[in-house]
Amino acid sequence: MTDAHLDHEASHATETSIHATLSGYLTGFALSIALTAIPFWLVMRGGLDNKQATALVVVGFAFVQIVVHMLYFLHMDAKSEGGWTLMALIFTLVLLAIALSGTLWVMYHLDVNMMPGMQNMIHKP
Amino acid sequence: MENPILHALFGRLTFDAFPIHEPILVATFIVVALGGAATLGAITYYRLWGYLWSEWFTSVDHKRIGVMYLALGFIMLLRGFADALMMRLQQALAFNGSQGYLPAHHFDQVFTAHGVIMIFFVAMPFVTGLMNFVVPLQIGARDVSFPFLNNFSFWMTAAGAVTVMLSLFVGEFARTGWLAFPPLSESAYSPDVGVDYYIWGLQVAGLGTLLSGVNLVATIVKMRAPGMTMMRMPIFTWTALCTNILIVAAFPVLTAVLAMLSLDRYLGTDFFTNDFGGNPMMYVNLIWIWGHPEVYILILPLFGVFSEVTATFSGKRLFGYTSMVYATVVITILSYLVWLHHFFTMGSGASVNSFFGITTMVISIPTGAKMFNWLFTMYHGRIRFELPMMWTIAFMLTFVIGGMTGVLLAVPPADFVLHNSLFLVAHFHNVIISGVVFGSFAGIAYWFPKAFGFKLDPFWGKLSFWFWVVGFYFAFMPLYVLGLMGVTRRMRVFDDPSLQIWFVIAAVGAGMIAIGIACSLIQIVVSIRNREALADLTGDPWDARTLEWSTSSPPPSYNFAFTPIVYDTDAWQDMKERGYVRPISGFKPIHLPKNTGVGVILGVLSVIFAFAMVWWIWWLAALSFASMLATAIAHTFNYHRNFHLAADVVARTEGERTRLLLQRS
Repeated sequence: MTDAHLDHEASHATETSIHATLSGYLTGFALSIALTAIPFWLVMRGGLDNKQATALVVVGFAFVQIVVHMLYFLHMDAKSEGGWTLMALIFTLVLLAIALSGTLWVMYHLDVNMMPGMQNMIHKP
Repeated sequence: MENPILHALFGRLTFDAFPIHEPILVATFIVVALGGAATLGAITYYRLWGYLWSEWFTSVDHKRIGVMYLALGFIMLLRGFADALMMRLQQALAFNGSQGYLPAHHFDQVFTAHGVIMIFFVAMPFVTGLMNFVVPLQIGARDVSFPFLNNFSFWMTAAGAVTVMLSLFVGEFARTGWLAFPPLSESAYSPDVGVDYYIWGLQVAGLGTLLSGVNLVATIVKMRAPGMTMMRMPIFTWTALCTNILIVAAFPVLTAVLAMLSLDRYLGTDFFTNDFGGNPMMYVNLIWIWGHPEVYILILPLFGVFSEVTATFSGKRLFGYTSMVYATVVITILSYLVWLHHFFTMGSGASVNSFFGITTMVISIPTGAKMFNWLFTMYHGRIRFELPMMWTIAFMLTFVIGGMTGVLLAVPPADFVLHNSLFLVAHFHNVIISGVVFGSFAGIAYWFPKAFGFKLDPFWGKLSFWFWVVGFYFAFMPLYVLGLMGVTRRMRVFDDPSLQIWFVIAAVGAGMIAIGIACSLIQIVVSIRNREALADLTGDPWDARTLEWSTSSPPPSYNFAFTPIVYDTDAWQDMKERGYVRPISGFKPIHLPKNTGVGVILGVLSVIFAFAMVWWIWWLAALSFASMLATAIAHTFNYHRNFHLAADVVARTEGERTRLLLQRS
């Protein structure tokens, strides 16, 4: 028990997670290249007919990319670190949702309420 | 046209940057220079440099680092408080056509520096220092998870403080208020170096804070003694965990928003400008997404301190431990849902304002629950009115007033009247001084014997207590009155002579607080001189309940010779009740981290980097940044980071403690 605290970093490295294998890393690498190349190609060839659809597809690929990174490179699953990883992820997602949706809501309100006046001021001769 | 070679060498730094034409600053400089020279001379005379370097500056021991954080906080408190006195004096004088004694551009720097220093370099070091010192001891660990990172974090915080202090004598500080709202903080309106000092000081210190947050979260999650489940953690450790989670989640927002502001200022982008699609309101929105959690980052650990102190000095188990934990966690989440109450008046609609008004009022419920828990802990307790308990009671009485004015401000229509007034200033000083400052003093008085092996002198402590508490009421109650009468904050001169009396009373209060601060400095000196009489040989001077009191005062470098095993929330109380016998043989070598000077070097390099960025000395910025990277990378190749403290050294240290314990009984 005496050395447990300081050696704990070392013991950490030997802990094997399900994906921490060469094939796991290669799969993750291949997937992330594909997930980067496809939207890049899509934009380079001029995108879809609808601009909004193009943006949505690109953002969708980005989300899948995030998940791939979390699974294959960060080795996150429900059981890793005794569930702390999952809990931290949920907490982060909740905070991100609050901050992003809150900001959009607040800034939209500010725009609607404040910007007409601002526009008039800008267009004054 | 200026010399291009000089410009390349020194950027925009010229002789004009040195404020030799401002008598107040020259006098300050002389005082600081004399004081600094005296301190450095004394250190040299007593040959303390080697000791300070090898035992403190390079130390990776969490206890030493904690003490250094607290020392930094105290030094910066003197600077921040000097700013406060200057403001109070200016506002008390500037009536009836008098301009006072501070010119406008100086007054604006003073109120900005006061806010920045008090929050980032007084309150944060106090809180981080207490957590650093106490948390590993409370959870029965030998150090934090990443001891070097801890040292590095401290030196980054200190580097931020040095950067801000440099602005006093080279150039100037921001004149924008403590959050540097654009468009005022944009280069169009603040073309000088003030805002840049602000940005780089906070970026450097913020990195330190973030890393120490990561460190403490990892420590609490991974390094608790066997048997210490989450619901057996001491309440201070719980609050420290929640605070550090808040730090990790919130500080990146500050970093990002300051980075965008610096892009605006350095590269001419338009995130927050008035034209070209920029939106200053976005800055206000983002910085308060950091800023409101920051308030709870500051107060939560002190709620933990008050909980420990109340339980110890009432001689009872804390009332409602579980509800205390849930209240803390609820506050942690809710603190992310209230940020808009800082700008109700910015023009959001009724639905937005009422949502954030209600969430703000909701947050007072868990805080109120805590207040009742402390009261019920005291109820039927045998209360000992030692210094930490006195600060706690002063906190409870004063904080409730601040909480009530906070709920008042949470009502959006009321906020439209009180926004940006002295009522607001009185409110947040009411909660921060009674909560964070009194809490830090309670914590310092409580854990001082643990850190140094002797108690603080009670006489000077009580004198300091009464001057602080009474001074606080004199200084801030008049501001509530003035705020209700409509006086706005950050005013330099006043037209209405009937207001003057309130400002004079507030200045008297500030003077009383100054005496209180002087008393606590005297208290430290007197305590050091009387350390024999005040000594604590038992390691448990207050008859306390948590694990840090089971080891000696001061604890050995390894904290615990054997890792304790925990069966109850109040682990040490439980051990005492079950007749715990301290092992006196069977010691094993202990694995410990080695000291390293890399943290100091990185800190010095980041001051140079910040200074170079502020003054546009690009070659120096590039050089110092490259040196930082090189030093950090080189440090990763240092494989000799640990050593084993031999078993006989441990046996000797523990034998000495056995002797002291026997001598006493």
